[in-house]
Amino acid sequence: MTATFTMTGPTATHTPTAGATVQLSAVVKAFAGHTALNSIDLEVAPGELVALLGPSGCGKTTALRSISGLESIDSGRIVIDGVDVADTPTNKRDIGMVFQAYSLFPHMTVLENVEFGLKMRKVAAARRRERALETLDMVGLTKHQDRFAHQLSGGQQQRVALARALVTRPRVLLLDEPLSALDAKVRVQLREEIRRLQTELGITTVFVTHDQEEALAVADRVAVMRDGRIEQIGTPEELYATPANAFVADFVGLSNRMPAELVDGQVTLHGCSLNLLGDPMPDGPVIALVRPEDIALTADGIAGTVISSSFLGSLRRTRVRLFDDTVVAIQHEVERHPLPGEAVTVRLKGAPVSALPPKVKK
Amino acid sequence: MTANQAVRIGAEPSALTRRLILGIIGAIFLIPVIAMIEFTFRNGLAGDYTTSHWTGLFSEDSARTYRGLYEAIENSLVLAAVTVGIVLVLLLPTMVLVHMQFPRLKRTLEFICIIPITVPAIVLVVGLAPVYSVVVQVLGGSTWTLAFAYGITVLPYAYRAIQGNLDAIPVKTLSEAASTLGAGWLRVLWTILLPNLRRGVLAASFISIAVVLGEFTIASLLNRRNLQTALLQVSQSDPWVAVIFALAALALAFILLLIIGRLGSATPSRRKS
Repeated sequence: MTATFTMTGPTATHTPTAGATVQLSAVVKAFAGHTALNSIDLEVAPGELVALLGPSGCGKTTALRSISGLESIDSGRIVIDGVDVADTPTNKRDIGMVFQAYSLFPHMTVLENVEFGLKMRKVAAARRRERALETLDMVGLTKHQDRFAHQLSGGQQQRVALARALVTRPRVLLLDEPLSALDAKVRVQLREEIRRLQTELGITTVFVTHDQEEALAVADRVAVMRDGRIEQIGTPEELYATPANAFVADFVGLSNRMPAELVDGQVTLHGCSLNLLGDPMPDGPVIALVRPEDIALTADGIAGTVISSSFLGSLRRTRVRLFDDTVVAIQHEVERHPLPGEAVTVRLKGAPVSALPPKVKK
Repeated sequence: MTANQAVRIGAEPSALTRRLILGIIGAIFLIPVIAMIEFTFRNGLAGDYTTSHWTGLFSEDSARTYRGLYEAIENSLVLAAVTVGIVLVLLLPTMVLVHMQFPRLKRTLEFICIIPITVPAIVLVVGLAPVYSVVVQVLGGSTWTLAFAYGITVLPYAYRAIQGNLDAIPVKTLSEAASTLGAGWLRVLWTILLPNLRRGVLAASFISIAVVLGEFTIASLLNRRNLQTALLQVSQSDPWVAVIFALAALALAFILLLIIGRLGSATPSRRKS
C-alpha cells in the first residue's frame, strides 16, 4: 500500500561533543504582524544552563524553537559550535529537546522511545540497547523499560523524555517548560535531577520557563525576556540584587510597591533616601519596588497594623498595612510571631531599590 | 428527584431494552440474508428444495458460464486495492500535511472531501465521461482506471475516518519530538504517525473497500464490468447464482470487518529482543 514511500535516514553522523557554544545574534521572528523575537542576542557558553524567563507571549518559547529549527527565523544568525545552522533542518541539528506536552511515542515502549534517537543515527542494535538502558538508569526508570507512556505518571513520562533527549549526547539540550504540567513536589525533584544530569554530562542547555523560582534555582544565568527582547541577562544573584530595570525587579523575586518621590536621582521613601537601581529616571513621584527582606520590624519607625503572618519554614512573612494604607510584605526571622491586628513599627534597611513610573501598572 | 431524573435520562438502557434493540436491528439485517440463503436452495417455482445451484457452481461448464463473473470479481478486487492505494498515497499524506503545516486549510480540505457525498453518482458520471475518454487514450480501457473515480467517491468516508484519528493524537508534538531526535519527515510519517493513525487508516481502507465492492452506477454507466454489474447481468439468466455471489460478497465484507476490527483494537505488541 505504501510501496512508493522510501525510507530516509538522518545523515548526521554523531560525534559526542557535549558542550557546544550557542550564539543567537540579532535574531528576528515575526508571526502575522506580531514580532515574537525583536533582535535577540544571546550567547550560551559550553556546558552552561541558561534559563529564558518571562511572562507568556514574551518570545521565550519562540527563541528556543528557533534554536531547535522547529521555527524558522526571519533574519539574524543562530550559530551552534561555530556553524550557522539557520538553514539546517531540525533533524540534522544534533539537539535534544523536552517538550511541555507529554511527547512520548504512544506505540513504543519506554526503551524503544529512548532508543529512537540512536536508531535514527544508525547505532547497532546491541549498542543501542546498552546505551538506552544506561540513560534510563540515569533517570531511575530501568525497571519501567517495557511500559508504554499511558502506564506512566506525568513525572515519569517527562523523565523518559529527558532520557530520550540525552541518549544521543546532543550538543545542545533544549527544555521547553518541561515541568509546568507536573505537580509542585515532582516539579522540584525533577528540576534538580535535570540540573544534576546537565552538570554531569556538561551539555549546553537552554531552559524555558515562566516560573522565576524554577529559573533562579537551576540556571547558571537567567535571561529575562519581555515583548521579544531580552531585558537583562545575568546570574540569579545579579538579577535579584541589581535588576537592570523595574520590569526585571518586578518579575524576579517578590517586591513591595510603595509610593515614593525621586529627588536628585535618590528614592525618598518614608524619610529614607535610597539609591536607585537600573536606568536613571526623571525626578518626581515614583513607585518604589522594595524587597520584603529589605524591610524590618523594629521597635520604632513607620507605624502599621499586622494583617496576616505566614510561617514559611526557615522564615516568616508578615503583611502589614502602613499608616498611609500601603500594604507591604516583610520577611523576618520565625521567632518573632506578630498576630493579626497587632500594632507594629517597621523600618527600611536602606538597600537600593528599583522604581516604576507612578501610573504604569507593570 | 430532579437529580434522579437526570440520572435516568443519562443512564444506559436496561438489559432488556438493549436486547430488544439488538434483536430488532439484528432481524432487519438477518431476515433478508436468511431469505437469500433459502432462495438459493429453491428448485424453480415448484416449492421444493435442491442443492444443485450450489453444486452447479463447481461443475465444469459453469466455469465457462460464469467466467465473466469471476473476472468481474477480480476487477472489483483490483479496483478496491487501487482505490485504497489512492487514499493512502494521496489523501493520508495530504491530510497529515494540512493538519501540521497548514491548519488554516483544514476547512477547505474538509469541504472538498465532503463534496462527493452531495453529488449523485449519475451527475459524477456525466462529468467524468469526457474525462474518461482522455483516460482511455492515455492509460487504456482497463477496468482499474475506474479507481480514479472511486477515489473521489470514497473521499468523504475516508476523510472522516482519518480526521477523527488525527484529532485524537498530538500529531504536532510527536512529529516535532521525532524530528529533534533526528528523523526526517518521511521517517516521521512512517515510523511515528502511521502506527498511531492505524485505526483511522484501517477504517478508511475498509470503508473504501466496502464502497468499491458495492458500486454499481459509475461502472454500469461507463460500461465497465465489476462485481455489481456482472451480478445484475447474471441475475437475468440465473437469479440463484446471482444471489449466491451476493451472499459471498456480504460474507467477504463481514470477514473484512472482523479482521480490521481485530487489528484496530489489538494493543501494541511487545517485542522482546
